[in-house]
Amino acid sequence: MDISVSLPGLKLKNPIMPASGCFGFGKEFAQFYDLSELGAVILKAATGEKRYGNEAPRVAETSSGMLNAIGLQNPGVEKIVKEEIPFLKTYDTPLIANVSGSTMEEYEQVAATICKEVDALELNISCPNVKEGGVQFGTDPRLAEEVTARVRAVSTVPVYVKLSPNVTDIVALAKAAAAGGADGLSMINTLTGMRIDPATRRPIISNQTGGLSGPAVKPVAIRMIHQVYQAVNLPIIGMGGIETTDDIIEYLLAGASAVAVGSANFKNPLICKELIEQLPEALERYGFSSIEEVIGGAHHETTASGLFRA
Amino acid sequence: MRREWMEIVDHSAVAKDTYRMVLKGQIAEEVEDPGQFVHIQVSDRFFLRRPVSIADVHPDKNEITLLYKVLGDGTQALTEKRTGDKLDVLGPGGQGFPIEKDVREALIVGGGIGVPPLYYLAKQLVEQGIKVTTVLGFRSKEEAFLIDEFKALGALYVTTDDGSLGEKGLVTDRTDELRGSFDTYFSCGPTVMLKAIANQLEDVRGYISMEERMGCGIGACFACVVHTPEDDEKGYRRVCCDGPVFKAKEVVL
Repeated sequence: MDISVSLPGLKLKNPIMPASGCFGFGKEFAQFYDLSELGAVILKAATGEKRYGNEAPRVAETSSGMLNAIGLQNPGVEKIVKEEIPFLKTYDTPLIANVSGSTMEEYEQVAATICKEVDALELNISCPNVKEGGVQFGTDPRLAEEVTARVRAVSTVPVYVKLSPNVTDIVALAKAAAAGGADGLSMINTLTGMRIDPATRRPIISNQTGGLSGPAVKPVAIRMIHQVYQAVNLPIIGMGGIETTDDIIEYLLAGASAVAVGSANFKNPLICKELIEQLPEALERYGFSSIEEVIGGAHHETTASGLFRA
Repeated sequence: MRREWMEIVDHSAVAKDTYRMVLKGQIAEEVEDPGQFVHIQVSDRFFLRRPVSIADVHPDKNEITLLYKVLGDGTQALTEKRTGDKLDVLGPGGQGFPIEKDVREALIVGGGIGVPPLYYLAKQLVEQGIKVTTVLGFRSKEEAFLIDEFKALGALYVTTDDGSLGEKGLVTDRTDELRGSFDTYFSCGPTVMLKAIANQLEDVRGYISMEERMGCGIGACFACVVHTPEDDEKGYRRVCCDGPVFKAKEVVL
């Protein structure tokens, strides 16, 4: 079965890609399999300058998931362009750069620099683990629209806005991104959470709060994608707790056109490759004959509008 | 590095809350240096893997020996595994202890559950004709392990917090007296101990092995990051893949 999907700026061999921050810049996973097998790669977040991030401990296990507060550690956009992207370009797979920042100007600067080297941008207005910027742009619809519009204006490639689930009304944010000119949406980022160690009486993570990911958040993501798909006419890259082909089908049915696999890469570094291999058979098992048929399939639509989004 | 279902060929308690597990598989053939670790998926119930250092390697039998301590629910669940069970293991990971050609006399300093990787190191050192002196610190006699094994490799000094085995006190009480009898030291244990040793033996070549909460264990997630001194341009090291072994002055303890 043909499982290729076309999205703005992205010709995907298959709808599966590793999520930002869960795959570094690919090198570590290249020792396990050929990255050309991936639908795309979403790079670790880039900021204007080098960032160390938060103090350790930066992760804590939870029931069916984990909390992380890395804090956007990265070498800065210039070094990513010079030292990380050339390696990824040796593979036959589209690249999506995750663009982050603390100010509008920083977002513009990072986007303008990195867009020349990649096929699309994922605009990160939803990182819960940095003190300035990040999530404030993702929780205020006015700011979300403005930053989207400003990044869209400087970018030469399509922009996918990554939404935060830490809001009351996800549809309002999705509409704001659409109004700002987003070419697509990426959802969801992590949910803020906390764990406290009974022995020390203190939060386990040094940043105190962290972003919850893993299967625990999947129902939240599915619900949000289902809502946004009905309200906004943009393709969606869905993510949150994907570990199996059934999970992927669930995301596509909710309305995602492609999916990203996040923290499952930590449990099993081969997970993306395995899911890509298993997907055609899983689709057949549920009686699907194409990917387009699955996208948005949970919505009772009179036309096959999923076709037009992909 | 590979992901493999390794078979548990032996599993038993060796000290209070401390277990010895022998695993069989191809990963055993791929261990390069003492001080490397494996990243274990305990079961579906636990989302993250648990890093455990390799205490010994038997390449002829394709076996590695691990010694782990029960520190939480994950390691507690690991104790329930039986001989014959298969375990999802990722490894071998990390950079181990380098053995420079000019090492003649080595001091090994271990504390608590930091002791295991030093055993495979000590064996390698002795095999290369290097004189090994070991100082091990434990909380008490009932938590001590590998005592006879280290004794067979050279002079051994043991300290315990309560004096129930060896001398009452800290490893640093003993290492101070041993100054001058070694050209290189190798240490693994709690960070406070590593810091005390690195300060005390500041003028000696030394290697330390660190521990940190990990995510992926392969260098991609940046969970287990430590600071480097200010003159280091990169500014950080990842414990899982740049370490867990570092030159004593390479990282900020």
